[in-house]
Amino acid sequence: MSEPLLDRHVAFVGALREAGLPVSLAEGLDAARALTVIDLAERETLREAYAATLVKRPQHRPGFDALFDLWFPPVISDGPPEPAPGHAERPVLPNETAELRDRLADLLMGDPDDPAFRAFARSMVGRFGRVPAAGNRQSWFSYPVLRALSPQTLIARLLDAMLAERGGVPETLARTQISRNIRKFEEAVVADVRRRIAEESGIEKIARTSVPLPIDRVDFLRLTRDELARLRREVHPLARRLATRLTARRKLGRRGRLDVRRTVRASLSTGGVPLTPHLRPRRPHRPELVILCDASGSVAAFSHFTLLLTFALREQFTKVRAFAFVDTVDEITAHFRPGVDVLDAVTRMTEEADIVRFGRTDYGHVFTRFAERYADAIGPRTSLLILGDARSNYQAPALDALRRLAGEARHAHWLNPEPRPQWDSGDSLASAYAGIVPMYECRNVAQLATFVEDLAQVY
Amino acid sequence: MWFASPDEVRGRLASVDYLADDGIATSVFLAGALGKPLLAEGPAGVGKTQLAKAVAQATGARLIRLQCYEGLDEARALYEWNYKKQLLRIQADGDAWEDIFSEEFLLERPLLRAIRSDEPTVLLIDETDKADVEVEGLLLEILSDFQVTIPELGTITAIRRPYVVLTSNATRELSEALKRRCLYLHLGYPSPERERDIVLAQVPELPGLLAERLARTVATLRGLELKKSPSIAETVDWARTLLALGRTDLDEGVMAATLGVVLKHDSDQSRAAKELGLPRP
Ligand SMILES: Nc1ncnc2c1ncn2[C@@H]1O[C@H](COP(=O)(O)OP(=O)(O)OP(=O)(O)O)[C@@H](O)[C@H]1O
Ligand SMILES: [Mg+2]
Repeated sequence: MSEPLLDRHVAFVGALREAGLPVSLAEGLDAARALTVIDLAERETLREAYAATLVKRPQHRPGFDALFDLWFPPVISDGPPEPAPGHAERPVLPNETAELRDRLADLLMGDPDDPAFRAFARSMVGRFGRVPAAGNRQSWFSYPVLRALSPQTLIARLLDAMLAERGGVPETLARTQISRNIRKFEEAVVADVRRRIAEESGIEKIARTSVPLPIDRVDFLRLTRDELARLRREVHPLARRLATRLTARRKLGRRGRLDVRRTVRASLSTGGVPLTPHLRPRRPHRPELVILCDASGSVAAFSHFTLLLTFALREQFTKVRAFAFVDTVDEITAHFRPGVDVLDAVTRMTEEADIVRFGRTDYGHVFTRFAERYADAIGPRTSLLILGDARSNYQAPALDALRRLAGEARHAHWLNPEPRPQWDSGDSLASAYAGIVPMYECRNVAQLATFVEDLAQVY
Repeated sequence: MWFASPDEVRGRLASVDYLADDGIATSVFLAGALGKPLLAEGPAGVGKTQLAKAVAQATGARLIRLQCYEGLDEARALYEWNYKKQLLRIQADGDAWEDIFSEEFLLERPLLRAIRSDEPTVLLIDETDKADVEVEGLLLEILSDFQVTIPELGTITAIRRPYVVLTSNATRELSEALKRRCLYLHLGYPSPERERDIVLAQVPELPGLLAERLARTVATLRGLELKKSPSIAETVDWARTLLALGRTDLDEGVMAATLGVVLKHDSDQSRAAKELGLPRP
């Protein structure tokens, strides 16, 4: 391997580790060996060779790709030369944008893997992406590019061009295709912006700030709508993984104490020699679960996801009952019957359940109300699980009511989606409640998965 | 030497109707060139098993398959002594204790068979995630030096290392150690363009436009929040169904009537019908 390539390799592997990919020494060496047998001029082969040797979880792939693009940027040879930094911007001519939008419309109807697609995105970043920054500096951004071309506003026009008539399945299919291609265009713009920043201010600087987190590490409280939809698609695979792990562990612990009578009886057939010990089957203890969840806007994404996950895991519990609240509380178990569509369940729960009086979260009132109406839901076999940020708009906390509920239950846990350092700030009653019910930080899917696994295992 | 380059992989797999993208072509090439096992992971029906079969077929190698399941153990995966035969021999000849631990009484299982194979061999360890965790230890041992020690017979070392493909549905995470040992290939759902080509490779009689329509419909279905997204295998089944019904177009009526081929859950079918605006059958 040539020295410059070796340096680059070492720096790239270092950056991957810094971004959280667990690349071992041996894997780094595997990658280096792979570089000696491939054609290094083939950029996509190089990318895939690195991916095959270093990226062993699909969640890490987007971050890997972003870093690869920075360390091994494409050799670019298209478009007219761009004005040097510091040059006066060329003014945008009135019908220039219209022409560029026509060109974009054509590309959006085609195959986004066509090299012309990326080349166009790059030249558009060159044209619109430079913005004067603080001091005498310039920088690159994607929003002026997307604002100038405004791909979203091309949708109607594209539909008309693609369809003889609107409506029905053909329109739905065309919309899927168009939005995917728009997303690809936006991604290509973002990637090229990153490449240019890296070129001008150094790779390390941008690498640290712009690499996407794996989805299971993104804070619930910061999920975009797209990310939430992506997460919801992960509910069932995640539930399946958790269930397999739980079943496997239960099985390991399944062998119980020696059953003396059965062992002796069986030994009669072997002349009194107890060849086969018989063990008492251990009764699998599956907890009964009662979930009490904050459904107010601030934490809704977290509550929805957690509800979906627990219901997807319902076989792991003897029984699951769920209650939602904002400033009063209602049972929502029926919305999650087996076979019910999950999205419907979440929408219906928010529309039909009686959980809002004045619309501002009031934990104290909710605990009092719950104790009055649903005290029977909690018994000595129940695990009580409370989901919420403990932000109660400065209302009375009703600590006694919560203490009574927790006292009736076998276990009680509280999952708080806020980062721990923010607990107790402002109207948060985190510590007050945490003194009664153990409270866990649960900011992302990774933390939630760990918790659920432990919960379903409590014997 | 299994393949000379990723391009050659692409060409030879295509000749057995398996379409490889950059990721597949590169990792299949590297597995041969570096002599490392290839772990293909992804949802059901995206061509993981088929990939191993295609590699064997394209290279004229022998395919040996170890199907994993809960409870799979060394005796089923590696080797076992044929007790019954041994007992019979002892009964016939009380002095045969020495002979009964010999080749004649050895039951060869897929892993041992692959190690002892003297012709080019593809070893497919299918659905690794279904096996118990302990099996991974065994695999790790075998895959690091391709040798097995049978106490009564000694150490057997591979004459030529097999080309190893492991598959997993990721119902559980495989151990870090096993993943480190392998090259990794994530197989996901393809782009509609690629899926159209795959469908046409599998069902060449299908009109191109219909294949395109199918692929776009399936891509839209995968965008919905379903319990179980349709797999490539199901898209191919859908294509075959339409062909069998003599349909050359996928209009809304046909779609509604045949949706069950790709969506197996009731709630998924109703969600899809609603989102696509299909008549309920
Ligand atoms: N790249 C491809 N080229 C051609 N055919 C493909 C390709 N990918 C998938 N297929 C088709 O998909 C079918 C299903 O693939 P296969 O049985 O290998 O899936 P799998 O990933 O092993 O699924 P499972 O996890 O259920 O075992 C294949 O028989 C083949 O028809
Ligand atoms: Mg398979």
